[in-house]
Amino acid sequence: MATASVAHHDEAAHEHHEHHDNFITKYIFTQDHKMIGKQFLITGMFWAIIGGFLSILFRLQLGFPDMSLEFLRPLLGGWIDEAGKLDPTFYLALVTMHGTIMVFFVLTAGLSGTFSNYLIPLQIGARDMASGFMNMLSYWFFFVSGVIMFISLFIKTGPAGGGWVVYPPLSALEQAIPGSGLGMTLWLIAMTFFIASSLLGGINYITTVINLRTKGMSFSRLPLTIWAFFLTAVIGLLSFPVLFAAALLLVFDRSFGTSFYLSDIYIGGEALPNTGGSPVLYQHLFWFLGHPEVYIVLLPALGITSEVIATNSRKPIFGYKAMIISMLGITILSFIVWAHHMFVSGMNPFLGSIFMFLTLIIAVPSAVKVFNYLTTLWRGNLIFTPGMLFSIGLVSFFISGGLTGIFLGNSAIDIQLHDTYFVVAHFHLVMGSASFFGLMAGVYHWFPKMFGRMMDAKLGYIHFWLTFTGVYLVFFPMHYIGIAGFPRRYYSWTNFEFTNMYTDLNMFVSVAAIITFGAQFIFIFNFFYSMYRGRKATLNPWRSNTLEWTTPLEPGHGNWPGEIPTVYRWPYDYSKPGAAEDFIPQTVPLSATPESNLPHEQELVKLEMEIMKEESEVLVANESKH
Amino acid sequence: MYGFLIGVGVLLLFSIIWMVYRIQTLVSVVKGSDKKIASGSNKVNAILFVVFLVGTTILMFWYSIKEFDNYQLPIGSEHGVVTDQLFWITMAVTGIVFLITHVLLFVFPYKYQYKENRKAAFYPDNNKLEVIWTIVPGIVLAGLVISGWMAWSDITKPAPENAHVVEIMGYQFAWEVRYPGKDNVLGDYDYRLITASNSHGVDFSDKNSIDDFPSPKVVIPKGEPVLFKIRARDVLHSVFAPHMRLKMDAVPGMPTRFWFVPTKTTEEMRAELKDPEFEYEIACTEICGRGHFSMKKVIEVVEPEAYQKWLVEQKSFIQQNPALAEGLTPELKELAEIQIRESKK
Repeated sequence: MATASVAHHDEAAHEHHEHHDNFITKYIFTQDHKMIGKQFLITGMFWAIIGGFLSILFRLQLGFPDMSLEFLRPLLGGWIDEAGKLDPTFYLALVTMHGTIMVFFVLTAGLSGTFSNYLIPLQIGARDMASGFMNMLSYWFFFVSGVIMFISLFIKTGPAGGGWVVYPPLSALEQAIPGSGLGMTLWLIAMTFFIASSLLGGINYITTVINLRTKGMSFSRLPLTIWAFFLTAVIGLLSFPVLFAAALLLVFDRSFGTSFYLSDIYIGGEALPNTGGSPVLYQHLFWFLGHPEVYIVLLPALGITSEVIATNSRKPIFGYKAMIISMLGITILSFIVWAHHMFVSGMNPFLGSIFMFLTLIIAVPSAVKVFNYLTTLWRGNLIFTPGMLFSIGLVSFFISGGLTGIFLGNSAIDIQLHDTYFVVAHFHLVMGSASFFGLMAGVYHWFPKMFGRMMDAKLGYIHFWLTFTGVYLVFFPMHYIGIAGFPRRYYSWTNFEFTNMYTDLNMFVSVAAIITFGAQFIFIFNFFYSMYRGRKATLNPWRSNTLEWTTPLEPGHGNWPGEIPTVYRWPYDYSKPGAAEDFIPQTVPLSATPESNLPHEQELVKLEMEIMKEESEVLVANESKH
Repeated sequence: MYGFLIGVGVLLLFSIIWMVYRIQTLVSVVKGSDKKIASGSNKVNAILFVVFLVGTTILMFWYSIKEFDNYQLPIGSEHGVVTDQLFWITMAVTGIVFLITHVLLFVFPYKYQYKENRKAAFYPDNNKLEVIWTIVPGIVLAGLVISGWMAWSDITKPAPENAHVVEIMGYQFAWEVRYPGKDNVLGDYDYRLITASNSHGVDFSDKNSIDDFPSPKVVIPKGEPVLFKIRARDVLHSVFAPHMRLKMDAVPGMPTRFWFVPTKTTEEMRAELKDPEFEYEIACTEICGRGHFSMKKVIEVVEPEAYQKWLVEQKSFIQQNPALAEGLTPELKELAEIQIRESKK
């Protein structure tokens, strides 16, 4: 039933009064989903700069191995040795922290945290999240997690250095690498807080989407953004606890002498007593989260892209149902492909065969999504807002990085490519850059709603073209380096014949990385400047259909001053034949647009009229009671 | 000094950005273009997509062709030919898809850029199209998976009985190599037996260990199956022999293996590449700590006759260090002593 609704928004409207918040309840311990979303966004931006900066540090080492890094001594201190070189252990710590920060803090919390919080209540027509308090906790757990991780960057033995996957025994044994001491302890504590934060957020997103949709907002009328956030939350809820389990067992192995992951180890001149454990067990547990995590990062970006592309193509998203089905497919399949990260880990090759089949199946729904995006652009009337540009960029990265996944998902080909720069290129395009572009598209698109002002479009264009070109110049060359067999996480290339080349290409990549990183400051400037001095936004600047644009320019806590609007149609009625404008918001009843209704919608008009009549009777009855 | 210069640079950058920003805002206000649905920039962006497409496609083809011999490593094993073939078939398939989708993705923005008097097509779905582009990729992928699966099954099936066994053990930060000796059976080992003089932890109370010998490099015969038995002593490592298209993790507590047939001797490869310095190398591809980037071992592929000759010349652990035989049962000690005497002849 399209008009069925579980939200009791009448009561909510009565409960809602003007709050007089003070600074602390408005900006810090706020329970308003919009402010929490902004908190996630700003924190995410902070971490993106840190994470990006760390990558510049190790790109300096890779691109300019002979350069003296003496000028970094004021910042890095003892991590620059007497000869002015970066310490190899610290190099590994940089790689590790870059990965951890980008995957979890920027692309999980910064993306999903920002937009799930900000958009779910606004787009489904709810006053706030199901639990504002849990939502607040979710942010503050994330904040604490960040503080701990940040501190770990500055301790004497350095932050965790075993790669972002922190495979034991390396991550379990302090003797193996100094980062596995206090740095790793802090990493584990930070991740525990992070997992708690994700779960609190995820439960909230799921409950809110299921229970608090406004009248008429059936699942088949949800914008694809909400579908994406909903499924992302489901994935997170099911997979993060497994990471927690993996981390907990690692804590036991590190501190309490258990042997879940440790066996037969002779290190630092002594044989450890641990026997019977298996490092491969950790890998299974880790990737049971680790692979779904890819989709936790990617799905929200795809959801945002669907919305932005449809709006700015002035066309309905092509294959709305197919998009939902493919996202559902991706959600389910994402749980049964994890071992493709482990083809050469020593696990039974038969398992490798199974996971190769499952992995390549997941390419099908991904391909469907790409074709649907292309068809949405086809015969559209495209307006290139910065959000639209970033969305098109995302589709490009999704294709480029997705196609290399077909190589890596094939276990026979993966033998050579595993843990080389080919993998680095693959996931930085398909997961890193694509999701980052989704985040950017979202910020540019919803900035007017968030802050009531417009970001500057021209600066947005410059930002886009520098970043888009830059990302390709950084990651495309890595395919060549990867095919040539260059392994990941290498401090230098001079020890081997087969890697003793491409110094020019590595230098090129580093320069491109520095320029791309620099270009992000155009965005930072644009963001903060426009927040205060940007042009005042109109109520619906992109002439979009979804509910958030029916709120006041700067909605207060509760989102709509009066009653929550009712929804009468799906969110993609763009350029409908017969309609005067090229968009019809979801709040416009079908009965108001007889000129553009399709035959089956004309049928629904009668139903709609009856319901509206009943409604008004109830309303009159209620009024007379007062 | 550097700090000061960087500070000035950053300041300069920001002031330039700010000035550009102010100027163009003022210009757009004067022109009134901020009121329009799509400003003149719409056209510029549309054109830039096409420029980007043409520019990067040329760059990609030019570099891919120019550098082909550099990034395409010569193949030194039988299965390497198969996996490389799969790689290039996949490259052809995905390459075509890559080009077609990108042409569409970047030409559509140009072709369908905003025009005030045009309305976009209302085209919400087409089930036939959806079915087509679900099934076609499905079939293509099935083809790729099945060929990959057949190759994978071949590569990972048990090694032939007559395979030459070589044990490779990873530790921070090098590899050690052990050969089984005449019996072609490696003796037992136990990590608790590791000492300065027995870095492999070989258990010499096992008869099979008596003739085991170490080697500073991996020497293997051309054209005959070779079985790498792989293990690690401390943390994870991964044996990667790029020219052999071989990779397998070394896991403490869980021995792994990989077998293959080398097809070209080191000498033949040197002649082919016109590089007298060429060596087959083993590198580590699983992060293992500070020296991860320097775990190198050389593989020398020789003719089978030269291999047999080399085998005979090698000295077992016990021959190199008779002290290792101390404390063995009389029977084993006798075996060890026979060996030690042989080596002195």
